[in-house]
Amino acid sequence: MEKVIEIRHLSKSFGTHGVLKDIDFTINKGEVVCVIGASGSGKSTLLRCINLLEKPSGGEILYNGTNILDKRNSIYSYRARLGMVFQQFNLFHNLNVLTNCVVAQRQVLKRPLEEARKIAMKYLEVVGMEQYLDARPMQLSGGQQQRVAIARALSMEPDVMLFDEPTSALDPEMVGEVLNVMKHLAEAGLTMLVVTHEMGFAKDVADRVVFMDQGVIMEEGSPEQVLIHPQKDRTREFLKRTLRT
Amino acid sequence: MGQIWEIVIKYWPMYLRGAGVTLYLSILGTVFGFIIGLLAGIIRSIPVPEDGWKRILLRAVNAILAVYIAIFRGTPMIVQAMVIYYGAAQAGFEMDRMAAGIMIVSINTGAYMAEIIRGGIISIDTGQFEAAQALGMNPVQTMTKVVLPQAIRNILPAIGNEFVINIKDTSVLNVISITELYFQTSTVAGIHFSFFGPFFIACILYFIMTYAVTRILRMVEKRLDGPKNYALTSRARKGKGVQYGEGN
Repeated sequence: MEKVIEIRHLSKSFGTHGVLKDIDFTINKGEVVCVIGASGSGKSTLLRCINLLEKPSGGEILYNGTNILDKRNSIYSYRARLGMVFQQFNLFHNLNVLTNCVVAQRQVLKRPLEEARKIAMKYLEVVGMEQYLDARPMQLSGGQQQRVAIARALSMEPDVMLFDEPTSALDPEMVGEVLNVMKHLAEAGLTMLVVTHEMGFAKDVADRVVFMDQGVIMEEGSPEQVLIHPQKDRTREFLKRTLRT
Repeated sequence: MGQIWEIVIKYWPMYLRGAGVTLYLSILGTVFGFIIGLLAGIIRSIPVPEDGWKRILLRAVNAILAVYIAIFRGTPMIVQAMVIYYGAAQAGFEMDRMAAGIMIVSINTGAYMAEIIRGGIISIDTGQFEAAQALGMNPVQTMTKVVLPQAIRNILPAIGNEFVINIKDTSVLNVISITELYFQTSTVAGIHFSFFGPFFIACILYFIMTYAVTRILRMVEKRLDGPKNYALTSRARKGKGVQYGEGN
């Protein structure tokens, strides 16, 4: 299998508090990996380290074989290769839906306006938001905003999509519409790394599930291995607590 | 009332010229002050790098800006006008009065604007910065396309405030004999040997100017906010020229 991102001995600490400890982790092309774990286990920090929103304290991140922590490599073009979807959507409030999906294509990828618009339209259709081009983010529901945010990331045609708890800030009735879009993308063969609390999604969609606890990867394997037949006590405990609710 | 009307008829060209100069000074002063404040505010909101010569440079520039802001916010403009204009004269520069006036209003406004703009930038949610970064935008793109449009929209009321203050406070520039509205009014008062009438007229003129500016800026704000509602885009706008559904 072709490795897209390979993480070696990654560590991150905020002051004296170690959030990630010696993480080794790989994402292969076309794979859907779900990261689960309690709040504070470091799963979001891991995701944020991958696209350098947090600066790792140590270790290596290899993207197609090159270490992106090497200062000679441009972090801007690297980040443009990764799509990021945030818990709080973070759509640009000053821009309408279409422009949200166009601006980075124009600025970063230097695509011509017509082409950028066409690509944006294509992905807005994928997420079912093609009728809301003129709407401002604040005029949309949470679920709609998150779907636009997914289209915005897809418009860059990234190699990997990173999802940071994409449904955690949504009202329950809107979780489904976002998960459906993500499921659709997974089936289309997109490489995805998803930090999530949605165990059902992890079970149905993931190729691999990673359970993180206190800054380390505690257990890793197929959804069945991790979610149904966990080996570690910590994993069992976590699953018992989450599945009960 | 008759007395006031008499003054208006007799001296209206002087009032008009004075009001014109006042507007000219306050518009230019606010625009240049905004530009100064924008640069200073942006620089002051750049996070200090962890190491290297950039850290030293940024620290030094920040220190200079802090001194500039402290001095110009901490002293009255009327005193600044005297010190700068007559200070320059003593050093051998004969400054053009109007140019000196514009400069004084600009750097004074700039000191306030720097803080207003810095406040506007730090009020923008970090998620906006992160989303731009995650898309691969560099700091300049992030600022110009995402952060500043939002920050400036948010601080527009404060900018309007500065404009209104400038219309009123340019009156102090009469101390360096700039022929703005207050100066002209004093002249009229001197010729006419009365104070209430001439200054009452000035009062009305100042109010008309500040009120008009307030209303205009409110309109600009509404324009920037865009329409309250949006229309769903019809399928035809997709540019494919294909109509979906029956009858096609």
